[in-house]
Amino acid sequence: MTSKHHAQEDVFTSDRFQRSVKRRRGAERRLKVFGGTAIAVATGLLLILFVSISAQGYTAFTQTQLSVPIDLRAEELRVAAPELDAALRNVNFRKLVREGLESRLGAAEDRRGRREMMALLTPSAGYFIQQQVRANPDWIGTVRDVWLPASDDIDIIKKGFAPRDVPEEQRLITDRQLAWVERMEAGGFMEGRFNSMFFFGNDSREPEIAGIFGAAVGSILMLMVTLVVSLPLGVAAAVYLEEFAPKNWWTEFIDVNIRNLAAVPSIVFGLLALAVFIRLFGIPRSTPLAGGLALSLLTLPTIIIAARAAIAAVPPSLREGALELGASKLQTVTQVVLPSAMPGILTGTIISMAEALGETAPLLMIGMVAFMVDTPAGILDPAAPLPVQIYTWSTSPERAFAEKTAAAIMVLLVLLVFMNSLAIYLRNRFQHKW
Amino acid sequence: MPVSLTLAVIFALTAIGFLSGLRRAWSIGQGSRRDLHSLPVYHGWWVALCTLLPAVILILMAVIIKYPLIDALVWADLPDSYTEGRNRAVTLSRIDAVAAGIETRQAVTAEEQAAADRMLGLHNLFDWIMGLAAIGLSLLLGVYANARIHKDFRARNSSERIFLGLLVACSVVAILTTIGIVFSLATEALLFFSVVTPQDFFFGLDWSPQNAIREDQNVAEGAFGFVPLFTGSLIIAGIAMLVAAPVGLLSAIYMVEFAHPNIRATAKPVIEILAGVPTVVYGFFAAVTVAPIIKTFGESMGLTVSSESALAAGMVMGIMIIPFVSSLSDDVISSVPYRLRDAALSLGATEGETILKVVLPAALPGLLSAMVLAISRALGETMIVVMAAGLAANLTANPLESVTTITVQITTVLTGDQPFDSPTTLSAFALGLALFLVTLVLNIIGLRVMEVYQERYD
Repeated sequence: MTSKHHAQEDVFTSDRFQRSVKRRRGAERRLKVFGGTAIAVATGLLLILFVSISAQGYTAFTQTQLSVPIDLRAEELRVAAPELDAALRNVNFRKLVREGLESRLGAAEDRRGRREMMALLTPSAGYFIQQQVRANPDWIGTVRDVWLPASDDIDIIKKGFAPRDVPEEQRLITDRQLAWVERMEAGGFMEGRFNSMFFFGNDSREPEIAGIFGAAVGSILMLMVTLVVSLPLGVAAAVYLEEFAPKNWWTEFIDVNIRNLAAVPSIVFGLLALAVFIRLFGIPRSTPLAGGLALSLLTLPTIIIAARAAIAAVPPSLREGALELGASKLQTVTQVVLPSAMPGILTGTIISMAEALGETAPLLMIGMVAFMVDTPAGILDPAAPLPVQIYTWSTSPERAFAEKTAAAIMVLLVLLVFMNSLAIYLRNRFQHKW
Repeated sequence: MPVSLTLAVIFALTAIGFLSGLRRAWSIGQGSRRDLHSLPVYHGWWVALCTLLPAVILILMAVIIKYPLIDALVWADLPDSYTEGRNRAVTLSRIDAVAAGIETRQAVTAEEQAAADRMLGLHNLFDWIMGLAAIGLSLLLGVYANARIHKDFRARNSSERIFLGLLVACSVVAILTTIGIVFSLATEALLFFSVVTPQDFFFGLDWSPQNAIREDQNVAEGAFGFVPLFTGSLIIAGIAMLVAAPVGLLSAIYMVEFAHPNIRATAKPVIEILAGVPTVVYGFFAAVTVAPIIKTFGESMGLTVSSESALAAGMVMGIMIIPFVSSLSDDVISSVPYRLRDAALSLGATEGETILKVVLPAALPGLLSAMVLAISRALGETMIVVMAAGLAANLTANPLESVTTITVQITTVLTGDQPFDSPTTLSAFALGLALFLVTLVLNIIGLRVMEVYQERYD
């Protein structure tokens, strides 16, 4: 008896046992460290992604602009308001811009010099002045200092993305242009200002005036189509499957179908939309209608699955209460079950809309890559939604589009974070605890 | 009459129908609900549904047959001298373009102009007939439904039956989508296989779809070999899994077994944010940030690295899949019952041993199916590879070289300027069909195993 007791004590205190415990604890600690590292890696990658994109993109929110005096005292502009448009068309605003630049920098000596001087500014500087004058007719008859966007090369030099102190042939701009830039900077006539054109302008071949407004409107129109189609369809399907469907092979088949569709690659939905909506039904290509329909096929499984979960979470006692009071099955569903399940359904819908907002591949299939300078006015106007805009800018060879791409991504991410936080808020705020 | 106007009229009629049904029921009941079989609002619904549904179904069916019908009429009407030796689909899409006023490189001939005018006329005529028929049907049924209302009319039962039918129809949309995918991919793929034999496609080692940009150009037919695309997809998906599987699995283990609830509450949403980042963003990250880093690093070690290496695309795709793997594994590990853990711990196993020797083996089928689903997702991912992987089909196993994938080729082919029925365009559908079937098999295996696994511990 005693000897056995002693032997056991020996086992627990023996070196062999202690070593083995240490080894086993060590293995456990290693697993823990690996797990913690994995989470740190995932979080770190997210951080690197955000930081690297923000670092590339934040500069696009400012834009290098030049202050140029514009002489609007020309006789032909002094007309009554109705004839103003015609008069504006007759004025050579490019020439006014050139004269303004020359008054700042002195006349250029030759034709090449004049061209280089005008290349300080965006090619559409004249058009800008025209727009400004149309909006502010009281400018006519005065000399105005107007801030005009610099060309993309000047913008890059000013922001320090390309070196200044290198020989002329390796620099983006000529010696003469550099001298002008430095004179403008010294005189306070050149500075980085808030880039409103990025937010309120549309796509353009010239990076300095390209903006995301049209793309954002296109995305909104498309999401509206998606929502209008997929929310009622999805909720109706979920109601049927959860509340009415008998348990048989047919509903089982529908269920398997839905779960498989949720895992089908999005590009396949693009091919389906191309074959059915565009070729068979003749819906015009590149339109928010076509894009929205394609995305609703994509979001439908997600919405059905979320809505089914929300409906299944409504306790049977509520249904029984309603049925007890004489409500029909459908009345029970529409007046008791659905209102209780609504927060869950909405959360799922918002999350699926956020997914749809970021979706790109199926839209490429249905031709939403077109170059659009106009803001789409309806669901039958050609549009290039935000993610597609990001894609087309990223493939553009011009250096200046890189920062625009990153900035557009920042806007997209902010929108997505907003939508997801809204979903989380709704879930926490309205979800019943049964 | 444009479709939008027709729909607007029908919606207006529906609203009127609802109100008139409501009114009629009230007046039959002499201002009270007591003598009516159903509440007045159900009489309103009954009239509204009768006004709306048949007309909308009519419009949908008309829209489906509209283009095939008009194309057939226009084609039959073209003079034989013009149609001889021409491709039907190409000719019709050209006439369509002429009718839409799109400028083309070739001058418009008199026949084409006439056919385009005829096409426009037919479209107009069809829309008018359809619009008037739909509105007529809507009116007729609305009046009929209104007339049927009487004291004992079972409006609630009737309208609820229609509603239930609608619900069934909505749930069938999921099946219709699947059928639509299979059917549309298969029909176009069959056209493709009439030009390129399936053997050449599935076993060909060379992919270089050259094609005539214009009809009159005569360029040698390209090679459509599926193998290099598939291996490219597999290499990139493999690299992605090398990143995602360990990180995703280990973070799930930590999250379920070790993490303090507070850490879990913050780390889980962070990983979910990774899942919410659009793929076009990952693509930009891969192309602009990761690929140059890998290139510089590899070259500093004396390796030749392509600037569109499979490694860059694969690694970033791995980052994208981490949350997918981690949340699926999280579910799987959490559903291992506590009695298994308690048994192991009570036998003196450490927590680590419990996880490695009891929980993970028990969870293995579920974890494997999570990996299968993740691979399926990696194979179907498009934007990352479109932006960061190459276009040239190299049959290689070297991750530092540039490879192309199925999805890249589908996108490239369909965003190019190609006639609709050229073998190149059709090859996109054959590729899509192959991709769909591969991912379908993986998904079915993954979902089925997952289901069986979860049933085991329920």
